[in-house]
Amino acid sequence: MINSLVQAILLGGYYALVACGLAFMFQVMRIINLAHGSLAILSAYLVWEITDAFALSPFISVLMILPIMAVVGLLLQRVILERATKGGELLPVLTTFGLAIVIDNLLFQQFGANTRSLAPYLGDLSWDSYEIFGLWIGKLPVIVLLTAIVVIGGLDLVLRFTPLGRQIRATAFDPETAGLVGIDARKIAGISAAIAMMTVAISGTALGLRGTFDAYAGGPQLLFAFEATIIGGAGSLWGVFMGGIILAIAQSVGALIHPQGFLLGGHLIFLIFLFARVSLNSDAFSFKHWLVKRRHKGDTL
Amino acid sequence: MKIKRSNAYSKAIIFILVVLFIALFIMPMLASNNVMERLTVLFIYIIMAAMWNTLAGFGGLISIGQQLFFGLGAYATIRITNLGISPFSALLISACLVGLLSWPISTFMLKLKAGEFAIGMWVLASIGHLLVNLDPLIQGETGISLIALNQFDIEIRRTLIYLSALLGMSGLLLGLFFILRSRAGIAMQAIRDNEEAADSIGVDAEKVKRWFFIFAAFGTALAGALWLAQASSFQPKAYFSVQWTAYMIFMVLVGGLGRFEGAILGALLFFAVETWFADTGVWYLVGLGAVAMLCSLFLPKGIWGAIESRLGISLIPVGYQVAGLVIDTKSKNT
Repeated sequence: MINSLVQAILLGGYYALVACGLAFMFQVMRIINLAHGSLAILSAYLVWEITDAFALSPFISVLMILPIMAVVGLLLQRVILERATKGGELLPVLTTFGLAIVIDNLLFQQFGANTRSLAPYLGDLSWDSYEIFGLWIGKLPVIVLLTAIVVIGGLDLVLRFTPLGRQIRATAFDPETAGLVGIDARKIAGISAAIAMMTVAISGTALGLRGTFDAYAGGPQLLFAFEATIIGGAGSLWGVFMGGIILAIAQSVGALIHPQGFLLGGHLIFLIFLFARVSLNSDAFSFKHWLVKRRHKGDTL
Repeated sequence: MKIKRSNAYSKAIIFILVVLFIALFIMPMLASNNVMERLTVLFIYIIMAAMWNTLAGFGGLISIGQQLFFGLGAYATIRITNLGISPFSALLISACLVGLLSWPISTFMLKLKAGEFAIGMWVLASIGHLLVNLDPLIQGETGISLIALNQFDIEIRRTLIYLSALLGMSGLLLGLFFILRSRAGIAMQAIRDNEEAADSIGVDAEKVKRWFFIFAAFGTALAGALWLAQASSFQPKAYFSVQWTAYMIFMVLVGGLGRFEGAILGALLFFAVETWFADTGVWYLVGLGAVAMLCSLFLPKGIWGAIESRLGISLIPVGYQVAGLVIDTKSKNT
């Protein structure tokens, strides 16, 4: 029981990692990027290719693809999202869905139906574990969880304390007023998309290290990321982190109850949180609310 | 200045449609088996496109989870025929049941906004898939055949499925046409054009959207049930696949989002593309995704929207048209 709880928290670290990019883009640009999962899978393949071609450690390959994915994010914003957001709230949904289909099928065309994993390139690390109080805890899931904490903590610190973070928050809060005080909303959106895609690159690598992936694995990753975001409430990035862990715990409980209950458990906890949010009908979970609250806190200090 | 609900084109088109319907109705006596089977598929595509267009085009509700209703329609048909009811009655009963089920779903889902609604529906579809898998009758992903159809001779069966699809499509399109021209339909089109403005003149957006949601669920379920009848076997994975929604999105985006004629045109185009290019496998899907993406970026009202705004043609007018209006700019101050 305690063992499955610990494993669930470690899995939650992965969900938090894949969700934070989705939540970040949603908060800053008000876009739910339906190609999010597919881009994570694309990153996993890129890391796999580089690792395989140059016989590198995946931990070094991921550093190499960070700038690539940042450029992908910038292009995504400039070429697609910027145009789509002008057409209202619905066009980004349709456009990114189309993009997801294109990416998934191109990956299938290139890499075929076989599943791949980055684990073979890790040597002993892929099965090494720590023994703590009689529990065996895999080193790799711990690394992924720590990475999630570092990435989310880093993003949170950037948002809080840097000039760039202030500009991003201002743009998220009210793009027009931010424009009036000289913030280039277009630049901020581009940078935000680039940052989000770097987290996507890390999450794709984490997926590849922890298990296997194939060309059509993007859809499920998108659903997990979305569920973690909604459970966490998108109120803050730490909320998303908690959302990931709650999602993973619900899935583990579901799996204990019924052999096919893993996904169902996650979906049900998602529905419960969604229902709570809809019926409370409060603004408590919105990023805006969080910003206002933080500003008030700042005033009193 | 005159306000009309029809025009010369639309009067001609009504005549053509009636002739076309009669021709299609007597088709089973003339056409080959292959033609009938392909036409059945086409009718189902038209239903799917028209239903997705009902939601997205007229209500601004982009659902990535319409496969939920498609799959449930097929599943309910299996369950109902298992009770000993004739498969052709089961088609209609299952669509009605799914329509009923969509009512509680709508109260819940319609509170979500744009992207949240889209993915929320996808999650629901995934839940539907998992729950259907748990049913011992379905035997998990192995699925089951619609054995009850075997009581009909193969020729009669093909004709009955063809006629069911034809009648289902005609009925749904006719229903949609009258709904769109009713008060609720006008309200819906007002919501499509500007939800806030519609709200300010007293349109109850929530109620209207709910009826459209239920109507689309009913129609999509019927499409799923018809697909089951013509494919005759049910595998949860195949019916609850997001692919179906991808097809619907392609048809509607290319044909014309929010245009009655657009969904039909889109379905015809998709049917043609599928007939010619489905052999290319993955590239075909890449092409579909790319075209859908490009259409949403550069041609948001689709091919029919472009034709309509260039030439001012409306074949199946669901709104009001103002004829003979001359804007007199010179006499503004007099």
